[in-house]
Amino acid sequence: MLIKKPAAIRPSEITSEKNYLNRRNFIRAGALLGGSILAPSAMSAVVPDKRGAKLAGIRKSRFSTDETPNSFEDITTYNNYYEFGTGKSDPYKNAQDFDPLPWTVKVEGHAEKTGTFDFADFIKPFDLEERIYRMRCVEAWSMVIPWVGISLAEVIKHFRPTSKAKYVAFETLNDRKRMPGIRRGSLDWPYREGLTIAEATNPLPILAVGLYGQVLPNQNGAPIRLVVPWKYGFKGIKGIVRMRFTEVRPETSWNMAQAREYGFYANVNPNVDHPRWSQARERRIGAGLFASKQPTLMFNGYGDEVAHLYKGLDLRRNY
Amino acid sequence: MKSLICIKASICAATTSKNLDTLTQVRRIWKPTIFLLCLLPALLVVTDAFELTGRLGANPVEEIQDRFGIWALRFIMITLAVTPLRRVTGWNWLARFRRMFGLFTFFYVLMHFLTWLILDQGALLSAILEDIVERPFITIGFIALLLLAALAATSTNGMRRRLGRRWQTLHNAVYVIAILGVWHYWWQVKQDIREPLTYAAILAVLLGARVSWSLAKKRKRRHASQQVLRQ
Repeated sequence: MLIKKPAAIRPSEITSEKNYLNRRNFIRAGALLGGSILAPSAMSAVVPDKRGAKLAGIRKSRFSTDETPNSFEDITTYNNYYEFGTGKSDPYKNAQDFDPLPWTVKVEGHAEKTGTFDFADFIKPFDLEERIYRMRCVEAWSMVIPWVGISLAEVIKHFRPTSKAKYVAFETLNDRKRMPGIRRGSLDWPYREGLTIAEATNPLPILAVGLYGQVLPNQNGAPIRLVVPWKYGFKGIKGIVRMRFTEVRPETSWNMAQAREYGFYANVNPNVDHPRWSQARERRIGAGLFASKQPTLMFNGYGDEVAHLYKGLDLRRNY
Repeated sequence: MKSLICIKASICAATTSKNLDTLTQVRRIWKPTIFLLCLLPALLVVTDAFELTGRLGANPVEEIQDRFGIWALRFIMITLAVTPLRRVTGWNWLARFRRMFGLFTFFYVLMHFLTWLILDQGALLSAILEDIVERPFITIGFIALLLLAALAATSTNGMRRRLGRRWQTLHNAVYVIAILGVWHYWWQVKQDIREPLTYAAILAVLLGARVSWSLAKKRKRRHASQQVLRQ
C-alpha cells in the first residue's frame, strides 16, 4: 500500500448537483414524452437485477460529507459480514457466487401496513439518494462511503407503525446453503439488529441499495442493508429479509454474543472504551501505511443531528 | 533438569562421533537455507508492501501486525516441537536448529511489537502506556516480549556457560511465554476463536508430551529404586 492507488471513482467524476438536477429534468421530460410505456418514473427507486449496474435518478443529500470517499476496492474488499466468513476479505471472496434476487422483505408487528414484499416493490415508493457517510467500525477503523439508498424514516412512515411500536427490529437472511459463514457458526443466526423508533425516524439512517452509484455489491449487504452513520458499523445489518415493529427492545446479535462489550445503542463514543481496546482514535482505511490514527468524534461527528435523541441517557451505561 | 543434561550430553556424544562432513553440511548448507526460509515471511511483508508479490489489503497496518504476530506464534510452536520430534523420530540433528527457531520467535514478536508501537500507535507515548497498563491482552503480550528478550539475550554459548544451572531454569520460561502468546491471541479475537483454539491445541500437545514423559521417567525411576531396595 506504499504505492497509493487512485480511488476507483475520482471525486471529479462524481456528477455535480447542478448536472444531476438537469439530468432529472431531462428524464422527467422524457417520461412525459414517452408516457408510462417508458422507464419507471425518476421518483421511484429502481435497482436493476445486474451486478455492478449503474443506478439512475439518484438525488444528492445535504447530509453527505465532503470528505474524500474510500476507494471502491477498499469498501468492497474489507468487510465484516460473518455470514460469509469472519476474515476481513472473506465476504469479498465468498459472496461472489451469491445471487441475492429474488428477494423478499417481510414487514410485521405493530404497524398498519404489513406483509411480505418483493424487493423491487419494497423500495419502489421511495427516492434514491446518495449519502456520503463516515463509517466507524467498533474495531477502531473507519471509512467514508458513498452509499445510495432510501431514507429509513420514509420507509417507517410508509408502513404506519402504531403507538405500540417502540422499536424496529431487523433480521438478515439465514441461509446455510448460500452463506458459507453460517455453516461455521460464530454468531447466533440470524443476525439481528434494532433501533428505537426515534432513532429509526431520524433523517440520517438509510436502507442502502447501492454504493458509488451502482448496485450494492453482495459483500456489502446486497440487496438491502441498514446504514446508521452515528453508530458502530455492526448496527448496519446487511441482507435484510425482515423488519418488525415491536413494543419491547429487540435482541441484537453482538449484544447477545458479548453483552459486556457490545450494547444495544452502540453509539460511536470516544469517551467510552471497548473493554479490550480504546475507542478514542480510529484508523482511516486508505490513509496509507504511515498515517497516524485520527481522533474519533462523538456520535461519529453527527452530534448535531442525533445528540438530542439521548438527552438524559447515561451513555457510559447505555453503550 | 538432570534428564535434560543427560540428553544434551548424549547429543554431544552423537555429533562428535559422526563424521565431520555432516557437521560441515549442516553449518554450510542447512543452517543458511533454514535461516532464509525463516526470514521469508518477513521478506514477503516488504515485497507485498510494494505490491511486488501480493498485497497488504485495505488495512496494511493491521495486516502487517497480524502476520508478524501469527509467525511469532508459529515459530514458538516450531521451537517447542523440536524436542518432542527428536524424541519420537530420533533425528538428533534437529537440536542444532532449536536456537535459531527460538531467536526467530523473538524476531517476529519484536517486529509485531514495533509495528504496533510505530505504525499502529504512531509512537504516541500516552496511548502506548495506557494500552500496556489498561488492556490486559496487551499487558500479557508485553510481558511475553520482555521474557523473550531475556531468553534471546542469554542465548549465546558464552551466556549459557556463565549462567550454568540457572540458564535452564531461566529458559524454562519459554513454556510460560508460549502460554502467554496463545492467551494474548485468544483474548484479542472478536468472536471467531477457531484459530487461537488451534494454537492452544498444538501447544497443549507439545506441553502435554513433556509432562507425560517426565511422569513416565519419574515412575521408572521410582520403580528402579524400589527394585534396588528389594535387592
